[in-house]
Amino acid sequence: MIVSVASGKGGTGKTTVAASLAAVWGGSLLAVDLDVEEPNLHLFLHPSIEGNETAHMTVPVVDEARCTYCRACSDLCQFKAISVMPQLILTFPEMCHGCGGCMAICPEKAISPGQRELGEISWGEAGTAGFLMGRLRIGEAMSPPLMRQVKAKLNQMIAARGGDAIIDAPPGVSCPAVNAVIDSDVIILVTEPTPFGFYDFKLAWEAFAPFGKPMGTVVNRAGLGTDDIYRFCRDKRLPILAEIPFDRVIAEAYAHGRIIAEVSPELRETFVSLRGKIRDLAECCRPREAVHA
Amino acid sequence: MNKIAITSEGPGLDDQVDPRFGRAAGFVVVDLDTMETRYIDNGQSQIMAQGAGIQAAELIARAGVSCLLTGYVGPKAFRALSAAGIKIGQNLEGITVREAVERFKSGSVQMADGPNREAGR
Repeated sequence: MIVSVASGKGGTGKTTVAASLAAVWGGSLLAVDLDVEEPNLHLFLHPSIEGNETAHMTVPVVDEARCTYCRACSDLCQFKAISVMPQLILTFPEMCHGCGGCMAICPEKAISPGQRELGEISWGEAGTAGFLMGRLRIGEAMSPPLMRQVKAKLNQMIAARGGDAIIDAPPGVSCPAVNAVIDSDVIILVTEPTPFGFYDFKLAWEAFAPFGKPMGTVVNRAGLGTDDIYRFCRDKRLPILAEIPFDRVIAEAYAHGRIIAEVSPELRETFVSLRGKIRDLAECCRPREAVHA
Repeated sequence: MNKIAITSEGPGLDDQVDPRFGRAAGFVVVDLDTMETRYIDNGQSQIMAQGAGIQAAELIARAGVSCLLTGYVGPKAFRALSAAGIKIGQNLEGITVREAVERFKSGSVQMADGPNREAGR
C-alpha cells in the first residue's frame, strides 16, 4: 500500500504527519520525500544515506551542419525548447520536457540526445524503515520529471523489500502535487481549520477527488479557526481520520526536529489510531473483481 | 530594405506600443524607406503557457526585420533575437508606434545590451 500525505496549503503539517506515521507504522515501510523542491522529511527521520544518483533528462543537441532549417522540430515542440529562425537553429534546454519528439521527427537525423541535470535521488535507512528522497537542482524549473524518477526508484525498492510506502507530497494542487498522489492507494489530506487552510483544502479535494482513490482528512492545529472544514468533510463524506491539537508543546517539538508521535503517549496513540484508520480505508475501498466476471 | 518591428496593441502607427514583447498583441513592421506598414498578429504566442518570447522572436525574424522596438524583453527572447541578429530598443512603453519610430529615426533610442525583464513575465 502506498499512502500519500498531501495538502492544498503549505505548512499545514504534511511532514509532521508523514514522519509520525513512519515512526508508528511497524512492519516493512519505505518513507519517501517527494517534495523535491524543498525536501525536509530527512530532518525528522535522520536517515543514514546509503546511495545516491544524479537524475537527468534527455534534451536535444543539434548538429547544425546537418540541419536544413526545415522547422519540423520547432513546429512539433509545444514548449519552444527548440526554435528555428531563417538559417538559424537554437535550443533552450531549460524549457525541454524531454519527450524526444524533435529527435524522432528530424528528417536529417541532426538532433542527438544531450542531458539536463534535474537533481539528486538519495536513499538509505531510517531506523527500521527504508528512506528515499529527491532534491531538485537549484535553478531547475520543473519538478515532475525528477519526481517520476524518484517514483521509479520507489517501485524498485518496494519490489525488493516489500511492504508499504508513505509519501510526503509537495503542497498545492498543480502538477507536482498531482504527480505525488496519482500512484498512491490512499490520499491523506492534512489541513488546518483556518480560512486559508479551508480554502486550499477545498481546492485539494476538487483536484484529487476525480482519481476516485480513498481519501481522508487529518485536521492539524485543531481548536483554531472555524468549523467549516468539519462541515465540508461531512457533506463530502470525507472521513476525519485524526485531529492534532493546536498546542505549543507540539510546535516546540517540531521546531527541534522531533517526531510528534514521540512527544507524548497521547500523541503516539493519535498516530497509531490514524495508521489503523488508513489501513481500514484502504481495505474497504480496495477494488475487487466483480463476482459475475 | 530597412525594416523594423514595433510591439503594438493594434495594427497601425497610431496604436500604442505594447510594453510586452513575447505576449504583445502584435507587431507593426515598418519599412523605413517607404514608411509602409504591415501588421503581424501575435495571438498564437499570447496563449502559450511558456516560450511566448521565443515564438515571437521567430515571427519577427521571419519578417526580416533588423531591429525591434518594445517595452520589456526577457532573457530567452533576448537570446533568440540576438542570435537572429535583431537589435533591440527597450523601455518604449506609453507612446504610440509612430512616436517610437520617430525616436528611432532621430537616433535617440539606445540599443539594449541585455534583457530588462525576468523570464516568464
